[in-house]
Amino acid sequence: MLGLTPEQLQFLLQGTGWTLLLSLMGFVGGTVIGLPVALARSAKSRWLRRISSLYVQFVQGVPLPVIMFVVYFGVSIYGFSVSALVAAAIAMTLYSSAYLGEIWKGCLMAVPKTQREAAECLALSAPQQFIYVILPQALRIAIPPTVGFLVQIVKNSSYSVVIGFFDLTYSAKVLNNATFTPFAIFTIAAALYFAICFPLSLFACRFERKLARSAA
Amino acid sequence: MTSMSAIDTASLSGTAAPLVTFRGVRKSFGALEVLKGIDLTVAPGQVVALIGRSGSGKSTALRCINALEPISAGELEVCGYSLHRPGVDLRALRQEVGIVFQSYNLFPHLTVKQNVTLAPRKVRKLNRDQARELASEVLAQVGLGDRMDAYPEQLSGGQQQRVAIARSLAMRPKLMLFDEVTSALDPELTGEVLRVIGKLAAGGMTMVLVTHEMAFARQVADQVVYMHQGKVWEQGSGKMLANPQTDELRQFVGSGL
Amino acid sequence: MAYTFDFSFIGSFSAEIWSGIRLTIWLTLLTILPGFALGTACAVARMNGPRWLRWIVTGYIEGIRNTPLVIQVFWLFFGLAVLGARIGPFPAAVIALVINTGAYSAEIMRAGFQSIPKGELEAGECLALSRWQMFWSIQLPQAAERVYPALISQFILMMLATSIMSQISVEELTGVGYQIQSITFRGFDVYVVIALVYLALATGLRLLLHFVARGSFPRLRRLGTPL
Repeated sequence: MLGLTPEQLQFLLQGTGWTLLLSLMGFVGGTVIGLPVALARSAKSRWLRRISSLYVQFVQGVPLPVIMFVVYFGVSIYGFSVSALVAAAIAMTLYSSAYLGEIWKGCLMAVPKTQREAAECLALSAPQQFIYVILPQALRIAIPPTVGFLVQIVKNSSYSVVIGFFDLTYSAKVLNNATFTPFAIFTIAAALYFAICFPLSLFACRFERKLARSAA
Repeated sequence: MTSMSAIDTASLSGTAAPLVTFRGVRKSFGALEVLKGIDLTVAPGQVVALIGRSGSGKSTALRCINALEPISAGELEVCGYSLHRPGVDLRALRQEVGIVFQSYNLFPHLTVKQNVTLAPRKVRKLNRDQARELASEVLAQVGLGDRMDAYPEQLSGGQQQRVAIARSLAMRPKLMLFDEVTSALDPELTGEVLRVIGKLAAGGMTMVLVTHEMAFARQVADQVVYMHQGKVWEQGSGKMLANPQTDELRQFVGSGL
Repeated sequence: MAYTFDFSFIGSFSAEIWSGIRLTIWLTLLTILPGFALGTACAVARMNGPRWLRWIVTGYIEGIRNTPLVIQVFWLFFGLAVLGARIGPFPAAVIALVINTGAYSAEIMRAGFQSIPKGELEAGECLALSRWQMFWSIQLPQAAERVYPALISQFILMMLATSIMSQISVEELTGVGYQIQSITFRGFDVYVVIALVYLALATGLRLLLHFVARGSFPRLRRLGTPL
């Protein structure tokens, strides 16, 4: 394809596998940390809101490649020789937790206040209000932006190239150094990313329209 | 120039050719025919009120006058432009015909003064001083000379609608159209807008208004046109409302709408 | 296990760090306006253009938004060179960033244009304004005023994205950090400092852009009401 041998193509596909794995780890990690962040961002306690807001602002103010470096070098000074995968996964976790936390906070806040009041008037406890009334509604509106952010995760996992993680981007770079056919290689790499991201984007867009229609 | 131009047209009233002539005008939206052959004239200086139930075609008829809706059949002459013919210079037409909408449609990012002077400056190429003078004149006409630098959101609905009237007046139109301009207003704000329109009418401005305010129509209009099912059902002076000839108008007046 | 930071590299490499910061700032400033202009043009084309143009613009926007910036940069820098169009790393970086910003701003501005009520455009039409006058006096200022917070966030993301440009040997701040750590072997210390510098740059850029917004949108300045 485009002058690439099957072996070379397979090399890129392997990189694609690692990209998918890293994205998945970033998303899972980002969810595990991002959920508490979202709760803290919308908490009653001012103190919790401050701390979580600082965390989000910090992560969102630093480029992902720099986060990759900080984690990569930071973990290794404690004597662990970390694989690039672990460092990249931690960095992706930090990165996605801040953005997902912010997205989900918005979704929690988007549930009308009257819903909570109504639940309270039905004598539901605070956790019950959250689980049975707020969360189900927030989850629904959270789907499009979350899927949309998945696209960002897949794309930005490419920044792990800076610490030499063997993802799709790094594979393409290595392959190009060996073959000097950049046009073909990066076109195929772009196509592979597109093949992963575009369906997600499309789904997010469709679902959002559906939500908008049902709200209207 | 001051508001003399309005008085000039008033003095021509009756002698000059009509500003608006509908001849068998039809208008369809897809399969739905909204206007089913309208005949109507508006002479210079005349005030015509279009009344009728919603869906009777009165707003569509009004919007045809400044070509917001192209007509499907028939002939429509407005200020010398033949809207049934292709290639009408719409921008030239609209410099002669002003319109005020139910929902004001002011530009929210511009101040009152900027709203009023935008078109005169861009279209009529007035300079800053001329525009300012014009703005204070037309805003004084609607009683808002002191709110030049406010933004629309800082005004009440009635004030916003008066700004919208001033914005149209600033183009020195020969003909003003009013499309249910008080329908979105609270009753206590309706009066201030109607007073402004009444003043314009008294000043000799030619106008066509679609309205639900029967008392106002009777008082201000030279001619009241009752529209029903896409046709001119009955027309006459304001007195017509007190003595309807058709059952439909009788019901309509009786329903208090 | 205790770790002692050693920030002495800041003194010995201050010239390099400054040049990295300057390059990062240049990359950002050179990108924002052309990227915004490109995005606005694409938003208009996607809404009002002829069908073939809409297809092209949509393809461009979706293509860029669904592939990583790094790949775009590699494609532009290495790929075009092979095709015979050799461009330097710095222009390649700026072009890639402009193309990228254009695609994202296009979607933001499209949302802005679409949020303007139809009645206002009708009113403009009835005041005999030409399409061009309506665009400049009514649509563009209002669309920008409505979406400026999203635009600011996008421009900051783009500033952060410049950090990848050392991959094509544009030695901006992140690249300089890499050089320093390869000499000092204090990678952690170096990148903690670099991270803080980016944080400061992001904060500074946000303040600057808010300042610009307040200057550009008088209503915002007067009433403090973003729509």
